[in-house]
Amino acid sequence: MADVTLRKVIKRYEDVEAVRGIDLDIADHEFVVLVGPSGCGKSTTLRMIAGLEDITDGDIMIGGDVVNDVPPKDRDIAMVFQNYALYPHMTVAENMSFGLRLKHYPKAEITTRVTEAARMLDITDLIDRKPKQLSGGQRQRVAMGRAIVRNPKVFLFDEPLSNLDAKLRVQMRIEIKKVHQKVHTTTVYVTHDQVEAMTLADRVVVMNKGRIEQIGTPNDLYHNPATRFVAGFIGSPAMNFIPCRFEDVGGRLHVRITDRIKLPLPASRAAKYQSIGRDDKLLLGLRPEHIAEAKAHPEPGFEPFDAVPDVTEPMGMETLIYFTLEGAQVCGRVNPNAGARAGSPLRLAVDLNNMHLLNEVTGAVI
Amino acid sequence: MTSTVVIDKAAPTRPVKYGSMSRDRTWALRWSYFFLTLFAIISLVPPLYMLITSLKSSAEISAATNPWWVFHPTLEYYFGLLTSNQFLTFFRNSALVSIFVVIITMLISVPAAFAMARMRFWGSATLATGVFLTYLIPDSLLFLPLFKMFAVFSDFTGIQLINRWYVLVIVYPTLTVPFCTWIMIGYFASIPKELDEAAIIDGASWFQTLTRIFIPVALPGLIAATIFAFTVSWAQFLYPLVFTTSTDQLVLPVGIVTTLIKGDVYNWGQIMTGALLGAAPPLIIYAFLMDYYIAGLTAGATKG
Repeated sequence: MADVTLRKVIKRYEDVEAVRGIDLDIADHEFVVLVGPSGCGKSTTLRMIAGLEDITDGDIMIGGDVVNDVPPKDRDIAMVFQNYALYPHMTVAENMSFGLRLKHYPKAEITTRVTEAARMLDITDLIDRKPKQLSGGQRQRVAMGRAIVRNPKVFLFDEPLSNLDAKLRVQMRIEIKKVHQKVHTTTVYVTHDQVEAMTLADRVVVMNKGRIEQIGTPNDLYHNPATRFVAGFIGSPAMNFIPCRFEDVGGRLHVRITDRIKLPLPASRAAKYQSIGRDDKLLLGLRPEHIAEAKAHPEPGFEPFDAVPDVTEPMGMETLIYFTLEGAQVCGRVNPNAGARAGSPLRLAVDLNNMHLLNEVTGAVI
Repeated sequence: MTSTVVIDKAAPTRPVKYGSMSRDRTWALRWSYFFLTLFAIISLVPPLYMLITSLKSSAEISAATNPWWVFHPTLEYYFGLLTSNQFLTFFRNSALVSIFVVIITMLISVPAAFAMARMRFWGSATLATGVFLTYLIPDSLLFLPLFKMFAVFSDFTGIQLINRWYVLVIVYPTLTVPFCTWIMIGYFASIPKELDEAAIIDGASWFQTLTRIFIPVALPGLIAATIFAFTVSWAQFLYPLVFTTSTDQLVLPVGIVTTLIKGDVYNWGQIMTGALLGAAPPLIIYAFLMDYYIAGLTAGATKG
């Protein structure tokens, strides 16, 4: 059990800077997920914590000790790989106990730990099988078991669920969360799947182009994104960005989207955005769930407008509609009974109480 | 119901075909069997001829009868060779040389291949290519300088290695090590990188990663390399011809040729028998290891 600290960590290959100065504090027992598109440096960061990659500059501390030059085996960490990396010639039990056997643990202790971990992961029946006789989900459990028996200071997961099919991924996600709730080991988890990040993490670290965009709890990132990248990356379907401008009409602040559509801001928002220049190029950030069919008696802040869906996607519990505003494709979520059909006009309402406002040029959230 | 039947009758009859590629597949199969048969004949006729000849008496060999048939089979050459001390000495020398060469080759080439495949050190890729290039130098180019080296070595140290069977144990690895190293580099490179990373994180040293992970996983490759090293040492002719001369130091291939051909007198029956007996050990080893080899390749491919 230990905390992990990264101080201005930089990784440079030849002429490419993969990680550009990362500062991160991970508390003891915390489950932190690094998430971002491929090539954002999240895996490199994880491998530097593991010691599989050298650090070009900066410091990595595990449990308060700087481990920059400590070899992986002395860092007391365990890692789960995307392709499981099970030793193909060993049985499940041998795979799980390999690290302990190398460290010459007493036989009884090894048996106890392996049995315990196997029970926790529900793989007791598979203990004498070879990896080739296991399904993908079972292999992933064994890989986790190999990490658990070592009882390390830190668990590192490198996209462990990417090789599984969608259904199994959801199931294993829950398993991983359960395991963490039982063993409480500090965990750093890398994924490109924002749903995985949101569901697993105590705190999510969103990375982009070798830098940290934002660190926060899943809800924090969802409701208060700091940049356009985070706003667009977290949430599915993604947040809509609609070009807009501010306008004063009849003494009230309005957001002008098209010639036809201008929406009055609710009082709380109007006060917040009062100082914004009326000619600034802005983006209205709206999550799909904040664009829905107009109700007969709307609450304050729900402003109606008309749109013609280009495409509708019935999902069962809701219907996703896609339409175009000012050249931007906009997604909304309407009730399946609202009668949304492609090509036929629909009365929609946006919930401006939950709007985000971004600077179109800098991408910063205002 | 009726209408369906009518439509069926009206449908044009088609020749029975199984899938759109069936015609191509049939032809591919025909061609492959044609060439398989051709090459089987080419490679099996000489040993068959040797077997037939080895069962004939010398009178029958020189007689103008059908060379493909044995009229009076005899095992006299087999008894003769297997009770001849000289032949058994050749056999022993060959066996000792080959076994030692295999051991030395594996001890050198496996760690070397591991280092070049996995430990990224400066120039490792160039070194790997260099190792393979040395294999391309033919033995006919090497035997004179090597002979000179041993002569000079003897002049300086007084240790006489030439004309001792064990000099071959030193010489043969120049042929086997580069090739075996090259094969093993290929096998080791095909092992996923995560496997040794997992081992390193589990606390294994480089040596433990090699012995506990890489060697077991690359066992089929190891066996292929062993077979190669054994075959090369067992069949090598030029080096023993040059480096050994005394009858008690000769290995089989050279021994058969130098002792069974006396001037222009060829003891065909004995030569054929000796060659057949000499070919037996590699055959037995192939038969035994090939099973193991294939088992290694297909391990766990099917459940159960």
